Amino acid sequence: MDFGFILSSAASEIFSPTTAAYALAALGLAVHFGYSGLLNFGQAGFMAVGAYGFAISTLTFGVPFFVGLLIAILASAVFALLLGIPTLRLRADYLAIVTIAAAEIVRYIVTTNQLTSVTGSANGLAAFEGGFYSMNPFPEGSYFGMNNRDFFIRVVGWALVALCCTLIWLLMRSPWGRVLKGIREDENAVRSLGKNVYAYKMQALIIGGVLGALAGMVFTLPRGAVQPANYGTELTFFLYTCLLLGGLGTVLGPVIGAMIFWVVLSLTQGILYGLIESGAITWLNTVQAGQLRYILVGVALMLLMIFRPQGVFGNKKELAFA
Amino acid sequence: MTITATKDDFTGTATSSANGAWNIGVPEQGTYTVELDESTLPEGIALAEGQENPRDVTFSQTSNLSVIFAFGEGIVVQQQDFGQNLLNRLVAGLSFGLLLALASVGLSLIFGTTGLTNFAHGEMVTLGAVLVFAFNALGLPFWLAILLALLGGGLFGYAQDRGLWRPLRRRGTGLVPMMIVSIGLALAVRYVIQFYFGGATQQLPYAQSPEIQLGPVSISPNNLWSLGISAVVIALIGIVLLKTRLGKATRAVADNPALAAASGIDVDSVIRIVWITGGMLASLGGILWAYYRPGVTFDMGSAILLLIFAGVTLGGLGTVFGALIGSIIVGIFVELTTVFGLAADLKYVGALFIMIVVLLFRPQGILGRRERVG
Amino acid sequence: MSSTSAAPAAQPVTDGDSVVKVTDLVAGYLPGVNILNGCSIEARKGELIGIIGPNGAGKSTLLKAMFGLVKVHSGTVVVRGQDITGLKANKLVSRGVGFVPQTNNVFATLTIEENLQMGMFQRPKDFAERFDFVAGLFPELGKRRAQRAGSLSGGERQMVAMGRALMMDPAVLLLDEPSAGLSPVKQDETFLRVHEINRAGVSVIMVEQNARRCLQICDRAYVLDQGRDAYTGTGRELMKDPKVIQLYLGTLADTAE
Ligand SMILES: Nc1ncnc2c1ncn2[C@@H]1O[C@H](COP(=O)(O)OP(=O)(O)O)[C@@H](O)[C@H]1O
Ligand SMILES: [Mg+2]
Repeated sequence: MDFGFILSSAASEIFSPTTAAYALAALGLAVHFGYSGLLNFGQAGFMAVGAYGFAISTLTFGVPFFVGLLIAILASAVFALLLGIPTLRLRADYLAIVTIAAAEIVRYIVTTNQLTSVTGSANGLAAFEGGFYSMNPFPEGSYFGMNNRDFFIRVVGWALVALCCTLIWLLMRSPWGRVLKGIREDENAVRSLGKNVYAYKMQALIIGGVLGALAGMVFTLPRGAVQPANYGTELTFFLYTCLLLGGLGTVLGPVIGAMIFWVVLSLTQGILYGLIESGAITWLNTVQAGQLRYILVGVALMLLMIFRPQGVFGNKKELAFA
Repeated sequence: MTITATKDDFTGTATSSANGAWNIGVPEQGTYTVELDESTLPEGIALAEGQENPRDVTFSQTSNLSVIFAFGEGIVVQQQDFGQNLLNRLVAGLSFGLLLALASVGLSLIFGTTGLTNFAHGEMVTLGAVLVFAFNALGLPFWLAILLALLGGGLFGYAQDRGLWRPLRRRGTGLVPMMIVSIGLALAVRYVIQFYFGGATQQLPYAQSPEIQLGPVSISPNNLWSLGISAVVIALIGIVLLKTRLGKATRAVADNPALAAASGIDVDSVIRIVWITGGMLASLGGILWAYYRPGVTFDMGSAILLLIFAGVTLGGLGTVFGALIGSIIVGIFVELTTVFGLAADLKYVGALFIMIVVLLFRPQGILGRRERVG
Repeated sequence: MSSTSAAPAAQPVTDGDSVVKVTDLVAGYLPGVNILNGCSIEARKGELIGIIGPNGAGKSTLLKAMFGLVKVHSGTVVVRGQDITGLKANKLVSRGVGFVPQTNNVFATLTIEENLQMGMFQRPKDFAERFDFVAGLFPELGKRRAQRAGSLSGGERQMVAMGRALMMDPAVLLLDEPSAGLSPVKQDETFLRVHEINRAGVSVIMVEQNARRCLQICDRAYVLDQGRDAYTGTGRELMKDPKVIQLYLGTLADTAE
């Protein structure tokens, strides 16, 4: 078994574009669930809206990159509004069920054969990333062992993560953020101060949703393809695992959580494959080893929620629930 | 018919022989997208419910791998006139709704008595079908396989309550954390099932069931059985809840657990019975769902989890009879949308959409009541 | 300020007349936060005991702690000579304790008859007999047995709640603010009913926010403040006590009628 290879491929997950995408989307969930107590189970839907919003506007309408970006952000904001209007006044579990249902509706709609010309149905869409890579300032060559494209998307992805983290951090320290935390602690108290609780929740839902849309773009750009199968409910639950790993009510928590998530997955995968190929494990084949990761995530999610709901780095006082 | 396999820039195409067998040679191991061109299917044949097309297949160890596209029967409906079609879909929808109700009545009872929104309920549905398949594969007689699967479902419910939910209740864990724990459980159980069962679609015995004409309705005997069984079981559950001492105690716990305890009811044991019953009902629902689709897969339960939720929320969270009505509405709605021109691959969308709309105007559900205060 | 001389908790109950004896009860909802800080009360056979005190004094918590619905940290609850401290609520019913909570005290989705059946969950055989007894006290309930409790008015619900608690023929009935939220006429009626129940041989411990009315009808009363029994005496004594008047009755006098 080649431990050097296993370790280096696990380490490369730390700054992979997928990790950046998970970090962004989990940061969005931190705004929803960690800071505002909104149980959004449809973050995968927001990511899909972002990814498809960008891909469709680029391919079908031929808009330039930044217009596509703007459309993706607007689409996710509208999605948040549509979801928020019926549910933000309801109990937490209703919001959870409605958001997960809405995310599935999005997935069914981009999968249906009725709209193949626009969405590419189950095959998805491809070749929309040209506009992005044409802005690549790095000339061809090797950057830390990566080609200039891989390097560019990493730089952009992580710059975006840093920017969003800073913005959310500032936002949560602002008077606006304090009201939001107040709502999480005691909604009625904030209401009695004359604040419009509903508007604050809606704004939080939109901000976290836009982060999800950006995550969707960072997720699909390096792949050069967007496929509906990637945006199922399991994606949302992986994001919750990242969020809980890192800590709910913190800005860096989701980022660190996403890194831990991918490093641990890559490590277990690498070690299992190694053991299987070397013949040390015979009761498992590589397909089953791939399934083990889901079992692992599920168990991790349960254990985290039961024994350390504030996350590895979180503060128990920042919990949205008792 | 034509099948295509693609990976990166490799494309392989094959045309199946008359018995449906096909074969594509590929250059290297890895993940391929396999697609069946549905326009090349013989007339009157369509892919069965839940058959992903195209789908991704991965093989890394083996040098060959089989991919099976299961076909449903009688899904092609153009030859029938509208009224006939409407009637058929209505009956099919009722059958589907009742099997959904088996799962949602259990979910609703659990929600009512413990407050838990259980995202692992889909896996309880899957378990029923998978157990029947497994016991049958072991060579046990069909009836025994079904009996054991129902017992297995009840045992799973009991074990969940005993090992997980009751300790969490004792710790005073909040409802939102419990909901997230149930998601973790759902993921873990779903892939444990896949680990042992595999990713393929399997069929239960007697899954082939050509439609028969019953008066004006054409229906498959399996659907008819399913309709009858679920109707009887739900009627029994209803009678137990309404008439028996245990049923009344269950409703009392769902209504007000603290007052139930203050009345001398052992709330924990009522909840245990509810979990066992919920597990058995979900199992039965799963078996019937395996015949309705037809097929057994590791994710068949999670595929209808949201429809089960839709049924429960439509009727009003926590009201058992609401869950029954809500599920029947969802089942019929899903089947009827195709009659009114919605594409088959969008038929779940309508039901989920209706649920959101109902929550908008009647958050307490169709049957849920706002209680008078004071 | 406790007027009781701290009696040792382990002392055996010798007073044959004592139905309920609570000694130095310390209890709370969250670990480390005590709502009751050493509270002692006693009810003897056939007594109607009143418990009054400001909002948040811990009156409801006292009843819930006696009934096993709140965690007891120390102290004892003895019912008819048996130590029942910390027993779960569903075990207490058969020991002769009935409890009517302050809020949510009926099964709203069940009918009146089913509510009463739930009251007798542990002894369904004697239902008919007990039902007649309760229907004798509350004729209204006997006539509307099939009506859903959730559709009843506040006063009617209170009757269902008391009826349910009386089904098991308790030795002592714990009532938490039975008159809260009722119109003055209904309040009078409720106090009358409580009096009748008491005369039928059931000891009653009643928490009331309507202090003056409570002191008028009860045999003895306790004034609870900050989780302790601050004063005790007969209803008449307390009504004349200047401190009690100043603290609780003076301000409550306007709202009493
Ligand atoms: N379920 C609960 N959890 C935590 N604290 C509670 C709970 N119920 C009441 N309290 C607290 O216990 C104290 C006493 O409440 P309570 O016994 O209801 O007072 P009273 O009935 O005398 O008005 C109050 O400070 C209240 O905030
Ligand atoms: Mg009170």
